[in-house]
Order: sequence, then structure tokens, then C-alpha cells
Amino acid sequence: MNDAVLRIVDGVERGAAIRFRFDGRDIDAYEGESVAAALWASGVRAWPGEGDGGPPSRAVFCAMGICQQCALWIGGVRVEACRTPARDGLDVRTRPRSTEITP
Amino acid sequence: MNARPIIEPREGYDVVVLGAGPAGAAAAIEAASLGLRTAIADEQVVAGGQVYRVAPGIAPVRADQERTDGDRIRAELGAGNIDRCFAHRVWHVERANDRWHIHALGPEGPRTLHAAALIVATGAQERHLPFAGWERPGVMGLAAATVMLKAQRMLPGRNVVVAGAGPLLLVVAKAIVDGGGRVAAIVDAHPRSAWFASAADLLSRPDLAARGMGWYRALHSAGVPMHHGCLLRAVDGDAPALRASVFPVDREGRARADGKAVTIACDAVCCGYGLMPATDVTRLLGASHAFDLTLGGWHVVVDDDQRCNIPRLYAAGDGAGVVGAAAAPWQGRVAAMAAARDLDRIDTATHASRAAPARRERIRAARFGGVMTRIANVGDGAVASLASGVTMCQCERLTRATLDAAIADGCATVNDLKGATRCGMGPCGGRLCEDAAARLIALATGHTRTEIGQATGRPPLRPVDLDALAGDFDYDALPMPATAPL
Repeated sequence: MNDAVLRIVDGVERGAAIRFRFDGRDIDAYEGESVAAALWASGVRAWPGEGDGGPPSRAVFCAMGICQQCALWIGGVRVEACRTPARDGLDVRTRPRSTEITP
Repeated sequence: MNARPIIEPREGYDVVVLGAGPAGAAAAIEAASLGLRTAIADEQVVAGGQVYRVAPGIAPVRADQERTDGDRIRAELGAGNIDRCFAHRVWHVERANDRWHIHALGPEGPRTLHAAALIVATGAQERHLPFAGWERPGVMGLAAATVMLKAQRMLPGRNVVVAGAGPLLLVVAKAIVDGGGRVAAIVDAHPRSAWFASAADLLSRPDLAARGMGWYRALHSAGVPMHHGCLLRAVDGDAPALRASVFPVDREGRARADGKAVTIACDAVCCGYGLMPATDVTRLLGASHAFDLTLGGWHVVVDDDQRCNIPRLYAAGDGAGVVGAAAAPWQGRVAAMAAARDLDRIDTATHASRAAPARRERIRAARFGGVMTRIANVGDGAVASLASGVTMCQCERLTRATLDAAIADGCATVNDLKGATRCGMGPCGGRLCEDAAARLIALATGHTRTEIGQATGRPPLRPVDLDALAGDFDYDALPMPATAPL
């Protein structure tokens, strides 16, 4: 992982290196980072929105739980990526699997 | 983190504090020290608010002043006899049977806290000014940039345009340079003289004023291009290859006829125009609010003891008018003392002797923060210059032309516009667009912001997952009456 691109390395201590899945793609992260920040560091700026209308889907706009644009799905639950700590092995998706949606 | 299981006392809490930033933390610490059964709720995983925001596990090797101050607040909060509900999103607050019912969704599911007194310390949110392309990936708020830089220790980009107004411009630009990034340009809505015009009030905190001047000089000598008296007109291209165009404006924010636009290549744009009080909870509860630009706009009205006009409801920190983090802890303490007095847990004399010095400190600290709020604002003319195709409400994808047409058809308040166009009805709840939409109405009608109003507060305060709220509720267990015979 090319850490020096956006993560500030000098003078910063980080948690253990971890890895989670984002729509099937591996995202490297550190314990303590938010899912949004880890996506940002991996070059993920945005993803397709939920169809016509609705807000843009962006990894970072407010970074504090206001704009809702970083909403993603983990285990069938809608989460704000900016308020969700990255954890090893998380399965993060841009939309829920059809089996996880309550009819 | 939640250090222990939260078990509410059978009689409920004496006081619940919403928000664990500098105001809320101080309020909870003071309330607990006065013997009140206290709980505090915050949507983040640790205390600190946005000012002292940290990501657990990520830390500077050498702690700076902000880190040290934040760590002290977190330690004091942890040492007090306070039930701490972190990672709890409060989605509704109501009053029933003379008690506050605070409905939240936390990591263990839904929870309702009950309290005799409620202290709202939900802080501020960034004011945005729409421009062509503000919905593009790679554009973020200045406040978001501070979260990325200070808590996540991550650069918003390698070559960043920092645009807007107020102190965050310097804070973000300096942090990017310190972090090894490049600032492609600082775009300041105000002429350079605006900073010096406020010199007298800035000197109420010579330490902070000197730090700001030091940053300014450092950025200047680092060769960072500075465009004073300019606004963002557009951002186009696809991240990371973005182009920001900026144009000169007059003091009201209107495009200058003689001005030339400048285009700047960058990989990210951070922009924001100061802070506005977060009033969602107090609006929901029907407390009295007022509009004052020098306090960041709409804010809940409080008396000298931080009481709202509803019994046993208090507000502390930037929600009661943006005056900054230095004044916030004093507001929090004054609010907690008032709650203790109103619940008859301390007598009048004790209250008077404790509250007087805290009120004095509050006024002194607020002076510096007040000037920061004033220089972060920008005139309504900035909205007048927007092209008709610019997106105003991102959630509902409404352009200026759509809102202008509704205003021409008679929408004279924010609520009118919401009803006619859905402006502000999307997932962000109007937090990104309401201020700019209200400015459009003001420009077209000449009405005051007091007349234009703010949107009525409604639950849920933020989007919540209905499945999560329902918890383990079993729909099949609902008693269904037998179908009536035909």
C-alpha cells in the first residue's frame, strides 16, 4: 500500500494494519480509521448513487454524519462511512444484497 | 468508548446532556460534581466534539495543544460519575409527564433516556455556499478537511484549493502544508483588510491572534497563492484532475464587473463559509429562536443562565450562537448550575456564588469567538451571482432556476419552499442548502431572515434504520383480530 500518498506518515502513530472488502475489492486500512477515510486513502472518491434523484454518493463531503452522502451498507444495515470505524474483514457494500432487504 | 453498561436509575436521570464537545462535556462534569445523576450522549465514538475530534488509535507522536486539551476533557469526563452513551444517534426528543424522553440508536440498539432537565450542546455545522460543481467528488467542507487532517491524519489531496471565509481557511491550509501536501491556492471571500478591521477584538486573545498571524506569514512565505476578495465560481473535471475557477467579488459578495476569473488546477477543493448553530433539537422542541448573523444566524435564545424559554431546557455552546470553543465550557457549566438550581439541588446563594465567575469568563472568551464568526460570513450577493443551473439542494437535485420559479410563485418562507419543491427534505435535512435557499428568498423578496424563518423541526433528527429501531420486535406476534365475516 502506498501510504505516503494521502496518509500523513511523519510524526503519526497508527493502529494495526487491517483489510476490509468494498464491493468485493480489498481496501487496506489501519485500526482507528473511519471507513470513509480508508476509502479516501485508497482513491475511492465516489460510487454510483441509488438510482435517479437523491444526493451524490461521495466518500467525504462533511465527514461528520450530516450530509449522508457516504451512506453504505454493512451486513444489511445502512451506515455512515464517516462514523463507522474500519475493522478487519468488514464486508462493505454500496447497496445491500437483495437477501438482506426487509420486504 | 462506553466503558461500562449504561443502566439508567429507576427514577431516570436528573440531567441528560446532548453532545460531548467542549460545552456538553463541561456541562456533564459540572452537573455530576453538583451531585446530579447525569448522562451524556454523543454520536461520535469518543468525546471532544469537532474541535477536539480524534480517531481512537491514530495519534500524533508529540501531542499538540488541541490534543492535550481534548485528552484532558476526555479524562475528566471518564473520571466523573457520568453515564456516557457514545456512538448514540439521538433521533427524537419529546416531553411527557414533565420529563424529557431522549430516543437514541446506539451500538446495542435503540435506547430511551429519561431526564428531569435537558442540556442541548449540539454545537455548530458548516455554512455552505453552492457553486457549479459543488456536488463533484473531490469537493469537501473545510470542517470535513479538519476532521481528515486532525483526527484521521490524512490529506484531503496532494494539491488542494482551500476556499471560503473565516479562520478555518488558515487552519486547513496550514495543516495541509505541515502534512506534506501542497495548497494550490487560498481563496478568501473577504479582502485582506477584513482581518485587520477586527484587530481590537482579535487582541482579546493575543495568543490566538498571534498564532493566526504566524500561520498567515508561514503560508505566504511558502509561496501559497492567496486570492483575497474572491469566491469559487465553479469546479469541473473529474477527481483527481479538477479545475477550480474563482472570480473577484465586492464586499456584498457580488461578482465585480471589472473582475477576471482565474482557473486553478487541483486534486481536491475544501470550502466553507463559517459555522451556523445546530438548532435541530431546540427547533423540534419548539424553543424560541432568533436570527443574528454575528452569532452565525439562527440560534436558540437563552437567558444569562443558558435557559431556553421552556422549563428545564438549557442550551450551551455554539447552538446558542456561535462564539467558539473557548466560551463553550463556561456556557456548559453555567447551564449545569442553572439546572441544579431549578431542580432545587443547590440553594440560591450557592448558585449565585458559583455562577457569577463562570458568567464573567464566558463573556470574556466569547469576544474572540464572536469576531471569528463575523469574519466567516459572506453577503447575500454571493448567492445572487450563482448561475441558474447551479444545484442548490443536492439531496433533491434542485437547481437555482427551480427555486427561483417557486419563489416567483409566492414562496416567502423556507417552509413554503420546502413544501413547494422538497428543498431541504432529503437525507441531509436541509443542513446543506437551507441557508443558501433562504438567501435566495431574501434577494427576491427583500424580506428579512426573521420573516423567512427556518424549517420546522421534525423527527427523526437524522435518518435512522427502521429495522434497527424495531430491534427484536416480532411482527408475527402482533395480535390480529379475526377477519370479519362477509
